[in-house]
Amino acid sequence: MRRLLPFGVLALAFLVSDAAQAARINELSDSTMLERATRFFTFQDPSLRNALSGSMLLGVCCGLMGAFLVVRKLALMGDALSHAVLPGVALGFLWNMTKDPVSIFIGATIAGLLGAGTVQLIRDTTRHKEDAALGFVLASFFGVGICLFTMIQNIPGGNKSGLDKFLFGQAAALSQGDVLLLASVTVLVIGAILVFYKEYALTSFDTGFARSLGMPVQFFHFSLILLLAFAIVASLQAVGVVLVSAMLVIPAAAAFLLTDRLGMMLLLSAVFGLCAGGMGAFFSFVGRNLPTGPFMVLAAAVVFVGALFFGPRHGIVSRLWRQRSRSVRIRRENTLKAIYHVIEDNEFRTETISVRELAERRRETLEDARRQLASVRRAGFVTISGDGVSFTPHGWQRACEIVRNHRLWELYLTHAAHIAADHVHEDAEAIEHVLGGETVRQLEKRLNYARRDPHGKLIPGVEDIRLGRVAKPSSRATGFGAERLH
Amino acid sequence: MRHLIPPFDWQRVLVQPWMEDFSITVWIVLMGFFVTAACGLVGNYLVLRRMALVGDAISHSILPGLVVAFLLFKHVSVWVSFAGALAAAALTVVLIEFIHKQSRVKPDSAICITFTTLFALGVVLMSMLETKGAIHIDAECVLYGEIAFVSLEPPAVWNGWELGPPSVLRMAAVLAAVALAIFVFYKELLVTAFDAGLAKSLGMRVGVWHYGLMGALAIVVVSAFESVGAILAVAMLIVPPMFAGQLSDRLSARLGLTVLHAALSALIGLHLSVWLNCSAAGAMVVAAALLFVAVWPASPIGKLLRPSLRGEAPIFPGCPAGSRGQRVRDP
Repeated sequence: MRRLLPFGVLALAFLVSDAAQAARINELSDSTMLERATRFFTFQDPSLRNALSGSMLLGVCCGLMGAFLVVRKLALMGDALSHAVLPGVALGFLWNMTKDPVSIFIGATIAGLLGAGTVQLIRDTTRHKEDAALGFVLASFFGVGICLFTMIQNIPGGNKSGLDKFLFGQAAALSQGDVLLLASVTVLVIGAILVFYKEYALTSFDTGFARSLGMPVQFFHFSLILLLAFAIVASLQAVGVVLVSAMLVIPAAAAFLLTDRLGMMLLLSAVFGLCAGGMGAFFSFVGRNLPTGPFMVLAAAVVFVGALFFGPRHGIVSRLWRQRSRSVRIRRENTLKAIYHVIEDNEFRTETISVRELAERRRETLEDARRQLASVRRAGFVTISGDGVSFTPHGWQRACEIVRNHRLWELYLTHAAHIAADHVHEDAEAIEHVLGGETVRQLEKRLNYARRDPHGKLIPGVEDIRLGRVAKPSSRATGFGAERLH
Repeated sequence: MRHLIPPFDWQRVLVQPWMEDFSITVWIVLMGFFVTAACGLVGNYLVLRRMALVGDAISHSILPGLVVAFLLFKHVSVWVSFAGALAAAALTVVLIEFIHKQSRVKPDSAICITFTTLFALGVVLMSMLETKGAIHIDAECVLYGEIAFVSLEPPAVWNGWELGPPSVLRMAAVLAAVALAIFVFYKELLVTAFDAGLAKSLGMRVGVWHYGLMGALAIVVVSAFESVGAILAVAMLIVPPMFAGQLSDRLSARLGLTVLHAALSALIGLHLSVWLNCSAAGAMVVAAALLFVAVWPASPIGKLLRPSLRGEAPIFPGCPAGSRGQRVRDP
């Protein structure tokens, strides 16, 4: 077992290796892992069909509801409600001392709504904040539930009630009735979302606007809570009270990382829930009546971790990549600017500068300067021949743009914000890399197409950049690049 | 349904536990009191910092910590469990922060994702070990513990004196340590809980106090874990501070009220469990919640009765003291 520990977090690694070991151990018993897996995929057992369809329906239903929880920041409401339904389950069982899905469903829904109401009441009538109210409902309702459970175990006929399946969930214990219940709740959830999609979306993202349109915001909030209670209660049997909230939140959070559109998020979340449900049922079946809930949650968590790191837009890896490429670009642009400055100091008489001049200008070693130049050359901005560095037309244009952004911004700060001329450099140094074309045109307009920055240096204009030259009205030199292009 | 609630026989419910079963009762009540008081004292700061549900998260995610610690050290002992639980608590806090800082997932979702995943991992590891026969942990025990077992432990003996069940003594030590820490660092904990900005400007290391509180939370929860289970420990963290918060505005008074509430709920809970023949830990949580419900409307500082009792309109925040109940107009 110690050998496996390095993979501790990688739940799947655990599962695979454990399955292999267990298969070896159980070779003498009735069926091996492989046989059980084959049986799983051929859908021979009717109980398996129930388990699998139940788990997948659960995934869809919880995934859809969870999407709204995540965007409404109600994730912990799901957690509190899923614990709060426990006394309702016990009372539903006590109704006629059987695990009748309907009476348990009714009892649990009532308990869940009571819990949601209590949260609201504590928040409205005491100074306690939402988190304390949720914690109170979660724990005290659960405590009542535990008391009822232990009382049921002590009365005749209560011991074999199978109520403990509600704690961690057992998909194999799903009956036809449970699956029908899940299916009808799923249909109800999908129907409600299809009919009220616009209303739910609006009340989730902009309550104030929804209210100003005269929408009954409270009504939609409570209808969501009601649907949530239905979803939780129907899922209890398969995933257990403790982990329902995971099935609500994790697939939805993974979807939230992958898309910006609510419709797409609902779809993705339902698909992730479906897959997680299927995986949970599979591992639970193959692993011989292991609890289903935890496996579903781990499957969903794997999806979430994948989205967290490798999501195309919001993933950590892609963000780090974007940051890196941005910093590379900024370094290149700073080098271009330094080359421009050297040429400008020569009053645009030369097209080629030496690496040494650049290194002196940037106060760095020759090696550093060479490394920077190599990077800039790879981007096609300069050509290097021996010790001489000269711009390509493209590089010249980019360098002019950067310098112009810098100087325009300096001028803007001294003119419009009345900042002293010796204080504007730092700010311009940061913004020169991000000013867009439209902003630059506006700046030029506001500054009356000024040609000089606060320090008296020339601002290369749009025309100059387009034509690839710098016109210097005060000097006879026509500037760098003019000869090349004309 | 009719057999469920036994008739209330005051001889059986109130007297017998303290006469014939004294040696059992006293340890259960003491254990309940120690657990509730220690959790409640730490919980005061959690509730003030609006981190009540971080307590929920940590109490769940301790489970994989315990199992992994068992796998690493191959035996069960107090220190091994403590180490595993602390590591799991640290991992939880770090993961929650990582998820909500490094992505656009909101903090509430981050809490939920972290602890449910860790808890699921713990249950999976546990059930695998169970199938192999390596260990037997009762899954339900994890959730709601069994406080009645403390009286079955062989008592700790010191110099020929029978002191009592070791877990009760351990819990007493934890409570004493928590109380001492609060006494010594009262000012620092107060300032960091109410005004992190001020604490920072006074040169306090806010982060250190934050993680110190998380560490204390982990220690308290792991010691409470075996007697009341993961979820009821959450109740002990949240309900006593809420009770105290209804009755007082001052932190020192709240801490005292927390201890009082702990004693009352342990006592009432015990009798409730004897009467209804149910889990003692569950009954203590029910008693704690009922005590909160009892003071809910009686609160002098709550919003519920104040306006109607004083015949005043609700006070607008930022309204000057002289203009209570009047409409505030722009000058």
